[in-house]
Parts: sequence; structure tokens; C-alpha cells
Amino acid sequence: MTEAKKFNAPVTNPESAPFWEAARQGKFLIKRCTACGEPHYFPRSICPFCFSDKTVWEESSGEATVYTYSLMRKSPTGPYAIAYVTLKEGPSLQTNIVDCDLDKIRIGQKVKVVWKPTDGAPLPFFTMA
Amino acid sequence: MTIKGKAYIAGIYEHPTRHAPDKSTAQLHAEVAKGAIEDAGLTKDDIDGYFCAGDAAGGLWPMVDYLGFNTKKLRHVDSTETGGCSYLIHLGHAAEAIAAGKCSIALVTLAGKPRTGVMPPRAAGAEADFETAYGATTHNAYGMCAMRHMHDYGTTSEQLAWIKVAASHHAQYNPHAMLKEVVTVEDVLNSPMISDPLHRMDCCVVTDGGGAMIVTTEEIAKSLKKPLVRLIGHGEAMKGPRGGKDLDLTYSAGVWSGPRAFEEAGVTPKDIKYASIYDSFTITVLMQLEDLGFCKKGEGGKFVADGNLISGVGKLPFNTDGGGLCSNHPVNRGGMTKILEAVRQLRGEAHPKVQVPNCDLAIAHGTGGLLGVRHAASTCILERV
Repeated sequence: MTEAKKFNAPVTNPESAPFWEAARQGKFLIKRCTACGEPHYFPRSICPFCFSDKTVWEESSGEATVYTYSLMRKSPTGPYAIAYVTLKEGPSLQTNIVDCDLDKIRIGQKVKVVWKPTDGAPLPFFTMA
Repeated sequence: MTIKGKAYIAGIYEHPTRHAPDKSTAQLHAEVAKGAIEDAGLTKDDIDGYFCAGDAAGGLWPMVDYLGFNTKKLRHVDSTETGGCSYLIHLGHAAEAIAAGKCSIALVTLAGKPRTGVMPPRAAGAEADFETAYGATTHNAYGMCAMRHMHDYGTTSEQLAWIKVAASHHAQYNPHAMLKEVVTVEDVLNSPMISDPLHRMDCCVVTDGGGAMIVTTEEIAKSLKKPLVRLIGHGEAMKGPRGGKDLDLTYSAGVWSGPRAFEEAGVTPKDIKYASIYDSFTITVLMQLEDLGFCKKGEGGKFVADGNLISGVGKLPFNTDGGGLCSNHPVNRGGMTKILEAVRQLRGEAHPKVQVPNCDLAIAHGTGGLLGVRHAASTCILERV
């Protein structure tokens, strides 16, 4: 067995701080632009679509489906599955699928957010729903 | 305005080394610079434009000083950094500078030591806190592209394997190739799985080394002794998930850079006699062939199968030096060697066993960064005059 992976704490910055503060409460936030209505992730202060500064934080359901994945067979901390998942709210994001049988991951699989501790704010990962 | 026909590649050099424990990175840059300058029949003091990317030791200023350019003469520099396709973009930018009269003899260098040296880390972007922990590497980032391409289009591991098989057929004739052994589809499928669905033989080699080229005006090129090879079309583009809205890993920024280059050149994929296509992984080649219009989206698997990329056998001879999959992938950056083999083909200097007869029109295309995360692409159309 390999040791449980240890993750570095997010560095954070003024733009992303509210995301990490919410993460400490177990809330997974995305950003939505009130000018064009589009949600996005990772969070920016200026909308990457219409360039409005009228973006607001919104709590995501944390529910998603697997867009694609790849199982890395070897690493210093053992095999791991990188993936992109598409949130119910729309945006797709990079993550790892964790705490499940990695050989059973499939495109289209429903997943949900789980948090992994660091020395700072926890990090979002996804596991089979 | 166009750069069509404004710039000529008058000198090329690929370092023969693939393993350089006894050399420095700056030294490798100097050795490839010297090789390209001598191939053109010029001297160092003729250089008035210099281009390098993130692999240059210490960046632009230290390299210019180390190489000892005539700084009274050097009047145009460019350190555009877009990973492995930097040098394809440099070629386009050099042509722009030459067309605008900003320089007349430009040198582009690439070199480094991923096998025997320390690779400097990339500076963190705004995405770092939201991505770094997930362990994206080249292998799994391209693995995710292949997984989705298979899902959407039914592409198979056997089809991907044909790309490696074709590269190995060419590499057997390259005395400097890191892997010279001809392999079969079964060999690729039986090699260990690295990151699903990519096997070890779907991956390129890791090599020390480098390459360089001289880009110059028509007038100067005609005063030199090498066969005339010129750039007639160039395109560049970038692509990323853009807020998570645009995620589609089945195509690359080549869908934009390719048409830009073909339009400027006034030719179509059907006219191309030889193709240098960046082959960091087999899936990289397959996606780019589709994106450039050599076949329809989703039909890349059928296109590459049955030896269609093997010189003298198939319809589109590709990477006749053995490419990154078998010959050389200096500093994990394949753009330069793509240009160099295209120039050899156009000069008629490729190995006789892989030389395309009457090769007068070639494409060199590549990507930089990670296709599965965010990347750049650049396309160059080259013509023998």
C-alpha cells in the first residue's frame, strides 16, 4: 500500500479567497455573471465570456458527470484518476475521481464533490455518486 | 499584408545527440546555432535577429550575451514561449519581421537536457490552486483526450498504434534515432499501459539535444548555396477550457491555426506531399490530422490505419525522421524538429529510403502545452522554389 496522498494547501489570493473560505464550510462555489447569466469555473472577478465585472458567487450542487478521465497506472503515491467532470450548473472542471474502484470509472458516470484536507483550506475532489 | 514567400529557411541543424551528460544547456544552444549558421554558409556576425523560447538558459538576455552576437547589429529579438510549438511560431514571427524590414538574417535555437539536467518549473498561472493538486502530466492529459475521442468516434488503440508503427518504419533509416527498431501494432498494444488508454509505445521519447534554423530574405537566400525553401503560410492559435464552458478535448487549436496557414498559402491539405505533425503521443497526431483537414473529424483512426502515414506506402508520408515517437523530442519540445525534417524533404536531403519524390510542398505543424488542459498550435506551409 502507498501512503495516503498529502496535498499542499492552496496559496489563495484576494480574488479566490471567498472560494476557499466557503470550502472550509464544505460549500463548493462557482461564479455566475449577472450580466450575461453564464456560470464559470475556476472563479474570476471579470466574466471570461462577456467581460462584465458583475460576477457573483453561487453555491454549486456539487453534482456532476464524468466528461473524460485517464487512470495513471504508476506514481510515487500510487495509481490515480485524473478527470474532467461537468457540473449540473454547466461548467466543466479538472479534478481527480477518488474513494472508489478506479477501474470502474466511465464517461457519463454521475459523481459528487468530496473534500480532502490540507494544512489550509480543503481541496475539492469527486467520487462516484 | 501577407508573409507569403517573404522568408526563406536557408540553414538548418539538428544536434545528433540524444543524451548529453557532458554538455551544458547553453552549450547545446551554441552548438546548434553554429551548425545552422554553417549550414547556411553564414557567420555569427551576420545574425541580426534572434529567437528563443523557455528552454533557453536564463532566457533571451543571457543567451544573446553568451552566444556573443554582434550587438551593434542585432536589431530584432523574440522570446515567444508556447511550449513545443514555440519554434513554429518563431518561424512565422521571423517572417513577419523580415517582411517588415526589422531583420534580414534571423536565428532560432532550441536545446536542453531533460534526461541529464534539471528542467526549470513553469511559473504558476491563475488556475494553479484549482488544478495543481490533480496531478496533470503529459501522459494523463493526452490520455483524457484519447479516452474522449474513443468515446465519441469509436477510435481504437489499434488505430493509434499504426501511428507509432509508421514512425518506427522511418526511424530505422535514421542513424541518430533513439529507437530504431521497427515495431508492430501488437508490440504497441502489448507495451505497458501508462495512463489509460495510452501505452508506453503511444508516448514519445525523452531526449537531450536541440536544433536551430536560419530564416532570411529572398535576396540573401538566393546568394547562398542551399536549395530554396520558403514559408508561404503561417497560422497560430490557442485553446483552453475557458471558464469550463468550452471543454471539448476531441479537437485542438489546429482547427484554427491550420485554415489560417492554408488560406495564406493558397493551398489545401490535398496538395501537401509531406507532413511533419507533432507526435508527443499517437493521439496528438490523430487529432491534428483531423483538425488540419487531412480527413474528417472522427475519421483519423481510419486515416492512419494500414500504413497510410508510411513513406512510399501510404498517401501521406509523415515524420520521416522517426519523429518524436522514435527519433528525437529535444527538451520535450517537438516543434523545431518538425520544421527541420520538412526542410530536409523539400531540399531532397531526407534519407533515400524515406525521401518523398519531387517533394515541393510540405506542412510542419505542432502544439505546445497540454492538449488536455490548455495549449497553443502553429501551422507552417513550406514550399521548395
